[in-house]
Amino acid sequence: MKPPAFKYYAPSSVEEALALLAEHGYDAKILAGGQSLIPTMNFRLAQPGVLVDLNRVSELAFIRPADDGGLLIGAMTRHVQVETSDLVAQRLPLLHETMPFIAHPQIRNRGTYGGSISHADPAAELPAITVTHRGKIHLRSTRGSRWVDADDFFVGLFTTALEPDEMVVEIALPPLPPRTGWAFDEFSRRHGDFALVGVAAAVTLDPAGAVEDARLVFMGVGDRPMKGDTAVALLRGQVPSADLIEEAATRAAQEDIDPFGDVHASAAFRRHLAAVLAKRVLTRAVERANR
Amino acid sequence: MTDLHTIRVTVNGTTYERTVEARMLLSDFIRHELGLTGTHVGCEHGVCGACTVLFDGQPVRSCLMFAVQADGHEIMTVEGLAPEGEMHPLQEAFHEAHALQCGFCTPGFLMTLKPFVETHPNPTEEEIRKAISGNLCRCTGYQHIIEAVKLAIKKIHHTDA
Repeated sequence: MKPPAFKYYAPSSVEEALALLAEHGYDAKILAGGQSLIPTMNFRLAQPGVLVDLNRVSELAFIRPADDGGLLIGAMTRHVQVETSDLVAQRLPLLHETMPFIAHPQIRNRGTYGGSISHADPAAELPAITVTHRGKIHLRSTRGSRWVDADDFFVGLFTTALEPDEMVVEIALPPLPPRTGWAFDEFSRRHGDFALVGVAAAVTLDPAGAVEDARLVFMGVGDRPMKGDTAVALLRGQVPSADLIEEAATRAAQEDIDPFGDVHASAAFRRHLAAVLAKRVLTRAVERANR
Repeated sequence: MTDLHTIRVTVNGTTYERTVEARMLLSDFIRHELGLTGTHVGCEHGVCGACTVLFDGQPVRSCLMFAVQADGHEIMTVEGLAPEGEMHPLQEAFHEAHALQCGFCTPGFLMTLKPFVETHPNPTEEEIRKAISGNLCRCTGYQHIIEAVKLAIKKIHHTDA
């Protein structure tokens, strides 16, 4: 239960960090909050030769208003800062509602937004929320800078669009449109444990009360955040009755996800939970959109 | 490939300078280098909470940090809660409410709860349960710990009552 030896660097600027990544590439791992990486190293499941610790790169810890009414969140912003931010509560209520579900208080004091999405655990909350918000992720390397849509960023199990010499520097989360309701819920054995299944929803109604747009994103039931496109197609253009929401939730849980079974829950139980939770969050999102 | 770093860390008000390997966990640094064995090591992968210490005033799991990351920072361990021979109100409350049996998890609970009880004069029981959700106790069933938190808050915030 002790990590293997590695070479440790603690740069104080993004430029310095990028130079280290350019030099060490495949051998290097970025140490952000360390709340997933360090346990993985303690188990020796990961044995990086070089760690580039971003905890002294203060320029990456920020929450700033964006011109579109959303927010820009720096990669090294800790969960506790997002959880307690008034800006987040005002502008991104879905994210605000989701933060307390992330692990435990001690973990939220260290864990970071950029670290969570770079780790890309399919059972984690922030990848799913970033996809639900149709966020964009700003990546940098010494070769340049690019923005990647959240949909294209998460490419598989613990796998992202990041190249070995790139790092996430910030995340842009646009606001949800007017007349949009939102909700997040998850089911775990104990509060703070990894959820068996989690679901985020956002529903936009037109002035007549029909669904103009909807988003439904599952976590824990596939190799990445899974989008409930079947449910969205059923809902769009319709007035969302209880029956229609139930049908949409059930169909999405049958067709849009790919749950696995393990010691914690069978694949069938996860599918069942996905349907129950999807119905619950869609119902709450519609209620909030009608308010 | 031993990667050594010299660090200066303030623990319970005393500044220590030590040379450590990069891979040394903060929990091992506190116990083995400084001899402060009040911080307990349970799971070493961030699940049990026994190794919780205050890092710049905030509860963190010391098994999920490297000692080298603590360079220039302040740490408080359970030994720093009260002066020698005295008990913090939280420790008194744990004693009086029977919030421990074997005691292995207790330092982690105390360090998790110190900032919580100081900043929450009137928490709901649900808030208390959420505050301790990251600490495992296999003896008490948690109920006495929750009673101790309420008692500690009474001692700290409502002494006139």
